Amino acid sequence: MSAPTPKTTPEVGGMGHSIKRKEDPRFLRGRGNYVDDIQLPGMLHMDIARSPYAHAKIKKIDTEKAMKVPGVLAVITGATLEQYKLHWMPTLMSDTQMVLPTDRVMYQAQEVAAVIATDRYAAADGAAAVEVEYEPLPVVVDPFKALEPGAPVLRTDKPGKKDNRIWHWEAGDRAATEKAFREADVVVKEQIYIPRIHVASIETCGCVADFDRVTGKLTVFMTTQAPHAIRTVFALVAGHVGLSEEKIRIVSPDIGGGFGGKVPVYPGYVIAVAASVVIGKPVKWVEDRMENLQADSFARDYHMTAELAAKKDGTMTAVRIKTLADHGYADAAANPSKFPAGLFSICTGSYDLKNAFCEVDGVYTNKPPGGVAYRCSFRVTEAVHAIERITDRLAQELKMDPAALRMKNFIPKEKFPYHSALGWEYDSGDYPAALKKAMDLIGYDALRKEQVEKRAKGELMGIGISSFTEIVGAGPSKHFDILGIKMFDSCELRVHPTGKAIARFGTKSQGQGHETTYAQIIAEELGIPAAHVQVEEGDTDTAPYGLGTYASRSTPTAGAAGAIAARKVRDKAKKIAAHLLEVSEDDLVWEPGKFSVKGAPQKAKTIQEIALAAYTNHPQGMEAGLEAVDYYDPPNLTFPFGSYICVVDIDRGTGEVKIRRFVAVDDCGNIINPMIVDGQIHGGLTMGMAPALLEEISYDEQGNNQAGSFMDYLVPTAMETPSWETAKTTTPSPHHPFGAKGVGESATVGAPPAIVNAVVDALAHLGVKHLDIPITPEKVWRILKEKGVAE
Amino acid sequence: MAMHRIRVKVNGAAHESEVESRLLLVHYLREMLRLTGTHIGCDTTHCGACTVLLDGRPVKSCTVLAVQADGRDVMTVEGLEKDGKLDPIQEGFFQEHGLQCGYCTPGMMMTSHALLQRNPNPSEGEIRQAISGNLCRCTGYVNIVKSVQHAAAAARSRS
Amino acid sequence: MIPASFDYHQPKTLSEAIGLLSRLGEGAKVLSGGQSLLPLLKLRLGSAGHLVDIGRVPGLEDIREEGGFLKIGGRARESDLEHSDVVRKKYPILADTAAVIADPLVRNMATVGGNLAHGDPANDHPATMLALGATVVATGSKGERTIPIDQFFTGLFETALAHDEILTEIRIPVPPPKSGGAYVKLERKVGDFATAGAAAQLTLGAGGEVVRAGIGLTNAGMTPVRAAAAEKFLQGKKLDEATVRQAARLAADAADPSPDRRGSVEYKREMARVLTARALKRAASRAQGA
Repeated sequence: MSAPTPKTTPEVGGMGHSIKRKEDPRFLRGRGNYVDDIQLPGMLHMDIARSPYAHAKIKKIDTEKAMKVPGVLAVITGATLEQYKLHWMPTLMSDTQMVLPTDRVMYQAQEVAAVIATDRYAAADGAAAVEVEYEPLPVVVDPFKALEPGAPVLRTDKPGKKDNRIWHWEAGDRAATEKAFREADVVVKEQIYIPRIHVASIETCGCVADFDRVTGKLTVFMTTQAPHAIRTVFALVAGHVGLSEEKIRIVSPDIGGGFGGKVPVYPGYVIAVAASVVIGKPVKWVEDRMENLQADSFARDYHMTAELAAKKDGTMTAVRIKTLADHGYADAAANPSKFPAGLFSICTGSYDLKNAFCEVDGVYTNKPPGGVAYRCSFRVTEAVHAIERITDRLAQELKMDPAALRMKNFIPKEKFPYHSALGWEYDSGDYPAALKKAMDLIGYDALRKEQVEKRAKGELMGIGISSFTEIVGAGPSKHFDILGIKMFDSCELRVHPTGKAIARFGTKSQGQGHETTYAQIIAEELGIPAAHVQVEEGDTDTAPYGLGTYASRSTPTAGAAGAIAARKVRDKAKKIAAHLLEVSEDDLVWEPGKFSVKGAPQKAKTIQEIALAAYTNHPQGMEAGLEAVDYYDPPNLTFPFGSYICVVDIDRGTGEVKIRRFVAVDDCGNIINPMIVDGQIHGGLTMGMAPALLEEISYDEQGNNQAGSFMDYLVPTAMETPSWETAKTTTPSPHHPFGAKGVGESATVGAPPAIVNAVVDALAHLGVKHLDIPITPEKVWRILKEKGVAE
Repeated sequence: MAMHRIRVKVNGAAHESEVESRLLLVHYLREMLRLTGTHIGCDTTHCGACTVLLDGRPVKSCTVLAVQADGRDVMTVEGLEKDGKLDPIQEGFFQEHGLQCGYCTPGMMMTSHALLQRNPNPSEGEIRQAISGNLCRCTGYVNIVKSVQHAAAAARSRS
Repeated sequence: MIPASFDYHQPKTLSEAIGLLSRLGEGAKVLSGGQSLLPLLKLRLGSAGHLVDIGRVPGLEDIREEGGFLKIGGRARESDLEHSDVVRKKYPILADTAAVIADPLVRNMATVGGNLAHGDPANDHPATMLALGATVVATGSKGERTIPIDQFFTGLFETALAHDEILTEIRIPVPPPKSGGAYVKLERKVGDFATAGAAAQLTLGAGGEVVRAGIGLTNAGMTPVRAAAAEKFLQGKKLDEATVRQAARLAADAADPSPDRRGSVEYKREMARVLTARALKRAASRAQGA
């Protein structure tokens, strides 16, 4: 259970070493290269005029004044793009969305016209001068009302579409689950809403599109988490106007945070590309924060009804969840194609539940399109929130301690690999160990005693638990694809004559530290010091094809590809070593960095010597060089897990919730770099706390975004963020090449229910059973007032 | 378009430029002087990615006009390293993993650098308060606090 | 976000600045720290033909006691106030306030004068200045005049300043012995405007009875609110629990807040009550310690 001792020396820096990050020297000196830092000769700037209405007919777009602004060269509208049949585009979920509208806007802040100018300031003046005449139409904001008969049908562009339902999806055995509910001693039920939120990476989205009229080559520097997929999408969308995939180069330079928001293709990218193609000059588009919050893909927006059935003794017998998913005016999520509700069917969580059924309906409304992640694997946060909340609800109903109830229902360690009622094969787990460790670290029993004393004095404190199971690393190509492209990932590894290496991957780091951790994987497998392994990603002209970085998939897929590619190199190295040492391959033993002859350890060749020989003295009949490529198709997903415990104190005067302590015990299998993993967990916890207490994008009845800037979209500062306490258990994945599971999103998935459960626990003696997030001071204060305990 | 001639000292070097009245200091630094280490994150004076030192005090350069910096001293992240040696704050962020995507990092370091000039031995609370005008979406601030403490300890042991 | 074009002026003296404002007329705005004005211009929610930057005008930054007053220059920065020795020692209510305005970076540019002259009832200094009974000094083409703080805020984003007048100084009477004050703000996160805020400044008599009470509320109406009934009620009373509770209730009655994402009318009014009680208790404890 404890972390294995590193096999390599700190100088080599393989798995388990907290080596310092290789990407940091440039960032520390302000020498990162983000999209907005790119300046090309003759580059033009684009700014976008947007709709003030959530739903309106466009009667007229007058560009005359805009064209008169000094420096403005062109104004692009839907009519311009329609000439090239580029005014609509597919989403990653095989839905469609407008690039620029020709007749109708469908959400507030939708792109209406783009102004191209010689500099940023002129472009802004031009965008402000575009005059649009609108005729407002009825706005559909509430997804429940959207499904009522007589609701305005929003997607009139779709022939025959008579309602606002996008799709219906379900998993599990409905009849068996209903039977289990009928036979249950106790059933608890809760309406749970997880509001719309936004990743709000500190760098917004943008691109520099550079079309060379002579060579016909299009280079796009863009803020994307999935450059290869984007290249293919561009080739598919614009093939009819002559953009051919070999002439498209997508470069994802340094990315200032992604978290899922930089997976989709936004209209701005496409317009900038069209502008560059038409004008023949590089065009830069960088959105501002308000555009980012108001128009880019959102996350969550799930209205769930969750039910749990159990026996009197607390044995859980069945779970059932019905969900309405508000996708805005287009399903622009970035889920695997066969999973419109992502991996929501992980909603049986960490529990040995024999029966389960879930169903989700996707709905159109007059809101920005989306349904992407917010630092979580596809819809796993929603699933975990439902099961962890309803589990606490059951504990409350049965007057059981929530830790004891969890311990009673955890999937036992010996049942792994475990087949869940909804069809997943959990690879490995030891759930009681993680919860026990968290309870010991936080001093659970003492806290419960303290709570009793505090309640007697009228003070409000609560303790909340979340024992989550994640599902990441998409994915096995049998089930997982995006627009038909299988969700493998890749590594291309070359060892140079002097024993140094370059490794290129199909993923793209946005802060996760791939340049360091991938180098450590190669170091672990080959013994070449991580310092001498150059890692590159993000340039589709050089990197092997891959599906990109999101859903905690980099280590499970591309990391695995790196290990396998290194092992292929090692296999060849073995042949060369046998040749050099004049022994049979069977007589060689490997230890990190060298092959030696069995029983004669002084007879050895280091990987550096072997690399040189691969170019200078390789065996006759063998190809020269030392390199390998691997496209890794995982046999299964990985299932990281953890137990989090949160302690909150509530201000009886204001209703403010203060997180006093938060202990996070994570198990992500074998760890490459403990320092980086801890950093990922700290960040993930903060992005779990944020929607639990602060962040929410809501709309008024006219469809106006109520949190369209950082004034009202409340990203936590260091003052709202507690000092996180972290610890680990280690349960390797049995099917991953080096036993890792992925970790970037566990904490975002696991943290919110721990916080909500703590707040509900603080108020439970007053009869409170549930609170929706974000738990604002006023929400709490209203309860305190109603119960007569407000200061 | 009203133009003004300004003289600004940036990272010790004197610059004389012709700028429009409305040019924001952050755009002056990034686009006219090509010092792109100072970033833009929110445009509404909330995120602090654009933090630079103006006469030694950390300010949000998206909410300062370039003309306001006329005759003044500006320091950006590019000015932290001296004679090929990282500033203690840069070293602190490196050692304690105080950065991930690197986007908020320059602003975060400028604020922390100024804090340590004023208060060489800040408590965790003082550090958290000082950086509360700088948003970070990656680190959860835990390691940023440690980075500043690391820098403070290094500076103390040096003097 | 890019502001629309404007012209910019950088006067070197007060009279030059006032001359520019008179000459340029209504289209000219004073640029002090710019932390409220520039965001408005960037959002294109406001426009200005001319900005008159008073950043080079000498003598507007001092914070000093003189002639029975604490005199704060109109362009004194919030961070200077926050770290000023005399303020921390004798005017903790001002240090409280400066420390919760926006965030530390904004406070390095933002000025005390700007915080008042913007006329925004969501700003924090107005409530404090009401509690302290401050006087505002305005200098314009007709010379210098003083405006009692109660007459300064005339409407939402409106003040008694004529368009060619500059807020050059704030004068706060030096508090007598046994005085203390506090400012308490409820905010959703650092950098936010107050959901509610309460400023209380007390002077106690020999027997602990209230000799003078000043109470101001933030974000509780179209203009900064003085809780006059609560002040009057406290006169001559000892600050026991019931008295504080009743004063806080009277203060909340003076609040007429608007609903927004920070809270409903009911919540904000109740928070005015809760925060007033807390500010009074802290002020009393400081007054007793003084």
